[in-house]
Amino acid sequence: MAEFLQFTSSGLTVGAVYALVALGFTLIFNASGVVNFAQGEFVMLGGMGTVFAAAAGVPLPLAALLAVALAVVAGLLLDGLAIRPARQAGPIVLIIITIGAALVIRGLAQVFFDKEFHKLPGFSGDASIHIGGAAVLPQTFWVLAGTLAIFSGMWWFMTRTMTGKALRATAANRLAAELVGIDTRLVTTLAFAVSAGIGAVAGILITPITLTNYDIGTMLALKAFVASVLGGMGNPIGAVVGGLLLGLLEAFAAGYLSSSYKDAAAIVVLLLVLFAMPSGLFGSKSVERV
Amino acid sequence: MLARLGPPAAIAAVILLAPLLFQSGYHFRIGALVWINALAVIGLNVLMGLAGQVSLGHAGFFGIGAYAAAVLPARYGLHPLAATAAGAVLCAAVAFTVGRPILRLKGHYLAVATLGLGMLVAMVLTNEVWLTGGPDGMPAPRPDLGGWRISGPETWYWISGTVLVLGVLLAQNLRISPAGLALGALHDSEVAAGTLGVDVARSKLVAFVVSAVYGSVAGSMLAFLNGHVTPDRAGFLQSIEFVTMAVLGGLGSMIGSVAGAAVLVVIPQVLTFFHEYEHLMLGVLVILIMVLLPSGVVPALSSLLARRRKE
Repeated sequence: MAEFLQFTSSGLTVGAVYALVALGFTLIFNASGVVNFAQGEFVMLGGMGTVFAAAAGVPLPLAALLAVALAVVAGLLLDGLAIRPARQAGPIVLIIITIGAALVIRGLAQVFFDKEFHKLPGFSGDASIHIGGAAVLPQTFWVLAGTLAIFSGMWWFMTRTMTGKALRATAANRLAAELVGIDTRLVTTLAFAVSAGIGAVAGILITPITLTNYDIGTMLALKAFVASVLGGMGNPIGAVVGGLLLGLLEAFAAGYLSSSYKDAAAIVVLLLVLFAMPSGLFGSKSVERV
Repeated sequence: MLARLGPPAAIAAVILLAPLLFQSGYHFRIGALVWINALAVIGLNVLMGLAGQVSLGHAGFFGIGAYAAAVLPARYGLHPLAATAAGAVLCAAVAFTVGRPILRLKGHYLAVATLGLGMLVAMVLTNEVWLTGGPDGMPAPRPDLGGWRISGPETWYWISGTVLVLGVLLAQNLRISPAGLALGALHDSEVAAGTLGVDVARSKLVAFVVSAVYGSVAGSMLAFLNGHVTPDRAGFLQSIEFVTMAVLGGLGSMIGSVAGAAVLVVIPQVLTFFHEYEHLMLGVLVILIMVLLPSGVVPALSSLLARRRKE
């Protein structure tokens, strides 16, 4: 039982980060149709930015704020310099552009930060708490609470504000949204900014547990893509459920099977889910128009 | 006729003439790397350019081919060339088995499923240390043929160049065959192709198997050229590199596949002079090419030429 609790808590922690990255990923996908492989770089910028600002003597909360701002600027530049000029290109070309952008961000981080691994102190200390025989870091609760806060904030934003509704309208049908007077370009820019911010927050929350380094983005972007597809591409709830599920799957596979095959277990489940449900767990059934 | 034989002839001419510029074995090695990558990309182009199906896991087949060429001779005493054939058969079998359920998926779902497939291959190659030597990889033998030891970059330059031209000819033939026409039709519209009597699932499967075999043979040649294999060759970044080569050169274009491979093999070699800024510059370059020429280098150039001719 203690073992089970241990795996559950670590799975939920990692899964929460996947869920946040997948949420940002879905936001950009909905607003612009772009599958953003640079999503993981925002997480890296959040963690690395905070580490280096704190090392320069900035107090931690302010350092975190600066790092989020850095990621948001990166998101805006990505949209303005790389995505918008290629608006007319096909989906694969856009994917390649975001991969190029990820290379650029990683390249810059490697030059301006460094190639080492870095750690942040836990927000409430690093002494683990014992719950039912499982050792849980206090930072875990920060990660879970942060995820919950961001998710409720997003839900409120999407369903209660005019801007959020404009975003949903753009996702549903870009042309129709433009016809009713929605500035879809502004909506897309906003999506990139918010999504980068969410990624950075995820990076700051998780760095005390998993460490950060200039190179962590690729794997996270991959996981976010997998989580989004598992949940059903374009569905924010699907993205969060997919992310948590992926984290739990990995933790249990690592604990009960073999740690070197933890990713394999997640992928096998993903493939099985897709074979049974070709549009993911929460995906709407797509109908091909003839 | 010219349209059919033009690309293979042009590629053969480049393979024959390029060594005039070469000054060292290093240049032959880079040349061989370009032809090997181009072969894999031409295979991928059968799937992506012709049939319109994305694969983000194609390096998986490349990796299987490379490891077949290394593992089978070292552990089971198979002749390296027989091992190459065995790798191709294994890839065909894997593609045939998983192809049908995977190719039912569309768009991003297909992309993720193929990505997962490639990652599974890379994970097995990394973790089964007893067989593959683990993350550090293992040496690949130098094949010999009737006493002639096939090694050295120059030898492999000519071998890989010849195999590439053969691969281009075969792919060209496939494109104009009934199977290729069926693939082109389902690329435009699966429903319309189905209505006209094309067995959509089977046609996609054919394209998948063909492209897997191309990847495998290319992987085996890489193993022989390098004399060493690592699991990175099957990894996500390698898959992305193949897709980028195909799109950069121009989807559906044979010459484009070779041009894309040349760009992504040669430029990083040049960029190593910039040490730290290597990734940065490669990223900027990829973005610039894709933003300025979204249909790929070769199609953009040929449409420019066509416009010139009209004026």
